[in-house]
Amino acid sequence: MAENHPVGFQWVMEARHKGAKVIHVDPRYTRTSAMADYWLPLRAGTDIIFLGALINYTLTHDRYFREYVVHYTNAPIILREDFRDTEDLGGIFSGWDKEKQAYSPETWLYEGAPSADSPSGEKAGHSQAGGGHGKDRGGEAGRLYKYNDDPTLQNPRCVFQVLKSHFARYTPELVERACGIPKEKFLQVADVFISASGPEKTGAICYAVGWTQHSKGPQIIRAAAILQLLLGNIGRPGGGILALRGHATIQGSTDIPTLYDILPGYLPMPFFGSDSQKLESYIKKHGSETGWWANFDRYIISLLKAWYGDAATQSNDFCFNYLPRVTGDHSHFGYWLDMADGKMEGLFVMGQNPGVGAPNAKLQRTALSKLKWLVVRDFVETETASFWKDSPEVQRGELNPKNIATEIFFLPASGHAEKDGSYTNTQRLVQFHEKAVDALGDNRSETWFVYHLGRRLKAKAAKEPTPRNAALNALTWDYNTHGKHGEPVVDEIDGEINGYRVENRTLVSGYRDLKNNGSTACGCWIYSGMMPAPDENKARKREPHGLYGHGWGYAWPSDRRILYNRASARPDGKPWSERKKLVWWDEEKKEWTGHDIPDFTKKKPPDHKPDKDARGDDALAGDKPFIMHPDGTGWIWVPSGLKDGPLPTHYEPLESISSNPLYPEVPVNPVAKKMERPDNPYAFEGGDARFPYILSTYRLTEHHTGGGMTRYLSHLAELQPELFAEISPELAAELDIQHGEYITISSARSAIEARALITARIKPLLVEGRNVHQVCVPYQFGYKGLVTGSVPNDLLAISEEPNVRIMETKALVCNVKRGRLPQGKAGLEVWKEEMRRPA
Amino acid sequence: MLPKLLSRWPLVRQIQTGGDGTGPEVMTERTHTLGPRTNGAQVARSVCPYCGVGCGQLIFHKDNKLVSIEGDPESPISRGRLCPKGADSFELLTHPHRELKVKYRRPFSTDWEDLDLEVAMDMIADRVWKSREKSFVETQDGQSLMQTKAIGHLGGATLDNEENYLIKKLFTGGLGMVCVSNQARI
Amino acid sequence: MSTTAFLTDSTLCIGCKACEVACKEWNQISEDGYEWSGHSYDNTQAVGHSTWRHVKFVENPVEIGLGGNSGEQLPAWGFSSDVCKHCEVAGCLEACPTGAIVRMEFGAVFVQPDVCNGCSYCVVSCPFGVVQKNEEDGRAFKCTFCSDRQKAGLAPACAKACPTESIKFGNLEELRLEAQLRVKELEARGIHDAVVYDPLDTSVKGIHALFLLRGDPRSYNLPPHPEVPTTYMKKGWTSAAIAAGVMLGATLLAFLGERR
Repeated sequence: MAENHPVGFQWVMEARHKGAKVIHVDPRYTRTSAMADYWLPLRAGTDIIFLGALINYTLTHDRYFREYVVHYTNAPIILREDFRDTEDLGGIFSGWDKEKQAYSPETWLYEGAPSADSPSGEKAGHSQAGGGHGKDRGGEAGRLYKYNDDPTLQNPRCVFQVLKSHFARYTPELVERACGIPKEKFLQVADVFISASGPEKTGAICYAVGWTQHSKGPQIIRAAAILQLLLGNIGRPGGGILALRGHATIQGSTDIPTLYDILPGYLPMPFFGSDSQKLESYIKKHGSETGWWANFDRYIISLLKAWYGDAATQSNDFCFNYLPRVTGDHSHFGYWLDMADGKMEGLFVMGQNPGVGAPNAKLQRTALSKLKWLVVRDFVETETASFWKDSPEVQRGELNPKNIATEIFFLPASGHAEKDGSYTNTQRLVQFHEKAVDALGDNRSETWFVYHLGRRLKAKAAKEPTPRNAALNALTWDYNTHGKHGEPVVDEIDGEINGYRVENRTLVSGYRDLKNNGSTACGCWIYSGMMPAPDENKARKREPHGLYGHGWGYAWPSDRRILYNRASARPDGKPWSERKKLVWWDEEKKEWTGHDIPDFTKKKPPDHKPDKDARGDDALAGDKPFIMHPDGTGWIWVPSGLKDGPLPTHYEPLESISSNPLYPEVPVNPVAKKMERPDNPYAFEGGDARFPYILSTYRLTEHHTGGGMTRYLSHLAELQPELFAEISPELAAELDIQHGEYITISSARSAIEARALITARIKPLLVEGRNVHQVCVPYQFGYKGLVTGSVPNDLLAISEEPNVRIMETKALVCNVKRGRLPQGKAGLEVWKEEMRRPA
Repeated sequence: MLPKLLSRWPLVRQIQTGGDGTGPEVMTERTHTLGPRTNGAQVARSVCPYCGVGCGQLIFHKDNKLVSIEGDPESPISRGRLCPKGADSFELLTHPHRELKVKYRRPFSTDWEDLDLEVAMDMIADRVWKSREKSFVETQDGQSLMQTKAIGHLGGATLDNEENYLIKKLFTGGLGMVCVSNQARI
Repeated sequence: MSTTAFLTDSTLCIGCKACEVACKEWNQISEDGYEWSGHSYDNTQAVGHSTWRHVKFVENPVEIGLGGNSGEQLPAWGFSSDVCKHCEVAGCLEACPTGAIVRMEFGAVFVQPDVCNGCSYCVVSCPFGVVQKNEEDGRAFKCTFCSDRQKAGLAPACAKACPTESIKFGNLEELRLEAQLRVKELEARGIHDAVVYDPLDTSVKGIHALFLLRGDPRSYNLPPHPEVPTTYMKKGWTSAAIAAGVMLGATLLAFLGERR
């Protein structure tokens, strides 16, 4: 966190000053470790063992926050009799379909919760095409409010007991054996962390891509969520699981997504299939009968109204069928492989540089040569824009510009000071950045580019009013422009995102105003309320007050700064303690109040007991803070929504030096996709003698992602001017490597060179009785800019975690050798030689 | 006139003030009138474009030119502070390697050529239209598909929310593009 | 205007180098070359004509289980941001023959770029090796203490940017007190090796850039007893005078002898 979010880290420093203990778990001793009280290095990819052992420790030592767990989580809920755990089946959960290599999650449901059959009679389960960003409940989650529970937590089939047995083997001894963390060090840290629990105390967990970029990334976060729920650390001040996001609006770009599987506000894209042809069946499939998602219909219909305007009417399903259907994996990696196979014609790349920033960068670059046309918009001529000219492939003779048919348009882009717009930061805070100066030369914003491209395309469509052009013809695109370059007025776009009444175009004051009859339009329901009046864009607000900075920007939803903050009060509505009070029930006014905007229906009393047939938010009791879930509880157990199991389980990385210490038969996440093919090969499973070391990549403070925003800047380039690899003195001695000399690192994909930074900050770890070496490489170099270097992402494989299709970058395998990688073709030979070594 | 001129001579000033030749008596006009270049500049409230912390920035500008970019002390997120990347934002926007002109690479060419922006926009619209026309599928098995997989988009995590909104709306909602992706995963 | 100072508290420094960059951005200084040094993450190496703030990285042995905030060992990775000390008795200021270096009203030692002729007397006179001549430009440069900003009541760019308040800026005497309190606070937390670097009892007679460090200041390139070269001038002149006297006497004697 100190490395990649130094300014965010000031709050950790402040907490430390007030007595908080800081624990840092990372294979490398980093600038964060240097500020921590405890540093634990672990073997990359064993996070679930570490977290699972913390869960096990919490349970076996009775250190969980019982009242919180019983009331606010699904720990007491009883599971189906036919559920079988990984501990019963040697590494897989019940429901595994060997042929399809996929789970049917039906047995993961609560006992008594019928699968809400989809209108087509489709069984519970996920669309295989779907990603995990939207609420793809696949028809089964809608009736999760029907369950039996045991508040004593004693029933052997209740979530609590199943959790206990699931993690029983995650012991300190296993941590020592598999993660390489000495048992007594683990125990010391476990005790410190678990102490941050109870009415008077909270603890937070911060993570970044060190957790997400794994073949089981979401399950690592899940393990952290389970731990925090057990400790009562969600929805309370100083608690939580905090994602540290690496880009200015990476949060915003899933909220208002440029992702294939969701529409704005986490509404799923319709997947091709019989039950996604009618709006009603789509709503039934993805909505929920109870909890906040019961409003699903209002949000999707308002979105369709925002996009298709007057054309969208009740009688034509609000143009629902104008939306394209998802038919497969159209994510970055999914379609990039299609591109590599020559199946795509055109591509837009805006503000990204997959030519260095994405895994198997060699494949990423090479695939571009199969396109007919490519549009790149960026500040500088990135490696992606110039792959045909000076990439390693061109130097090695693998690509020749004279044979590349791709037509390329490079359009320079405006920077943040040259345009109006908003970013959503890592804590959901939408902040506006005002335009200060006009863009120079041909530089334009993406709003300008997309708006004017859309204008041209709409003009073409208007001439051909065919069914396929109906969506384009209906698309509302009447933004006013202003300024020297005819930039669209950004506040008008924000007004559309916020939502308005169709009748008179007046802005709505929040998503509670949205209707399901077509009388409202809203571009992204979760942002609704950000701009309740034309002159009141709250993202522009700069008048902070109070502990939580209200009045500065706008935190969706409804300016709540801490999500699920009803959990900061006891079941009876009183604060857990004076010290940790945040939101509470005001007995006199009969409403929720506090230091934050309550994330709960304002007038719903803590003792509210729903009627049997209540629906929507009314169906949730007054002591159920997790209002987005149909049962209102925090999910220790995920009955619906994940493709690789209701509980996290340790699997080895897709490329590992080791076999799975828990389930020898199931080495890796069975649902993860290796996407193995000749241009994306892998090392052998369970240890490949050619690649004996762990490879992990990371970012430096001084550079930003692929380097397009830093390697061209003198004041940053000089601070980290060359690619290096961090290795331990022990590995250096084994391989006779001198400090500072060049080494060649190879993987099953490629080979690169880097300077050897030999440092005691990297420690060999004793794993299963042998010394394991980790080679750590910052991935931010490329062949363009003031400072250049090999592209470390050439070493990585494209892979997909099953839920969100993220790649594994933190734990792979490699080999290390003294000496430079020869230039040109000879370099390719070096790598081929590595591959030919006896396995 | 002469006394005034003479008094500018450090030695005279030193004798006059009894200084030791290290104080105001030897300061030049420039030193005497030293002040921050942000004096008299206009200020735009902004946000750092690098990571997801969202540090507040103040953008000082004069006559449509950037003067300096600093942390915004009022931000409850950052309290005026910036990391090395954020602190280098002025250079990010003004460095000499920033491209200011459209570049065009013809098929099989070995070099870039210049291209007018409006012409480029027309050409891009034509390419999109043609690829879409060729690849668009209206139905499959008698059911609505309304999709093209021939055109992709990658970008987003550093673009504004409003930019992303228009991208998704036009590309997916208007053109039927499904291959739309960005860095954000979880 | 009060006498101002920096207090650079290395126990709060996270080594992010925001100070280096903020300084270069504000003062529009050029880069220092793109040389990878191999010295931990330190590639700008030292303060000089084009690096006025410099973060030093010190690596010590690492132990599993211990982070840098624990008192049981020296931080495995220590950072400290170096800068011109703006000495009370400043070698550079004393040595400058052209009046290019001046003392600002708030205590800064400021090189006037419009006067400096690059003679480099200051370079050899700085006990900390801070001032350096830019050979291309021909003049000597160092930290200005952001005198331009201070004149308008603004904090220096480095202190303003510092994410963790490792670089504090304020009144000298208040910061002296704060440094002492901070040492006591660290003591109470079990960190017994924190020291304040403030060489009051040497010939520089105190500095305007205090440091709080763990362990030996020398590991951060801070000399334990910095001395202003001019402190030896009296001794030097005396010796010279004696030598001259002796020579004169010897010559006289020689002449006198001749006459005889």
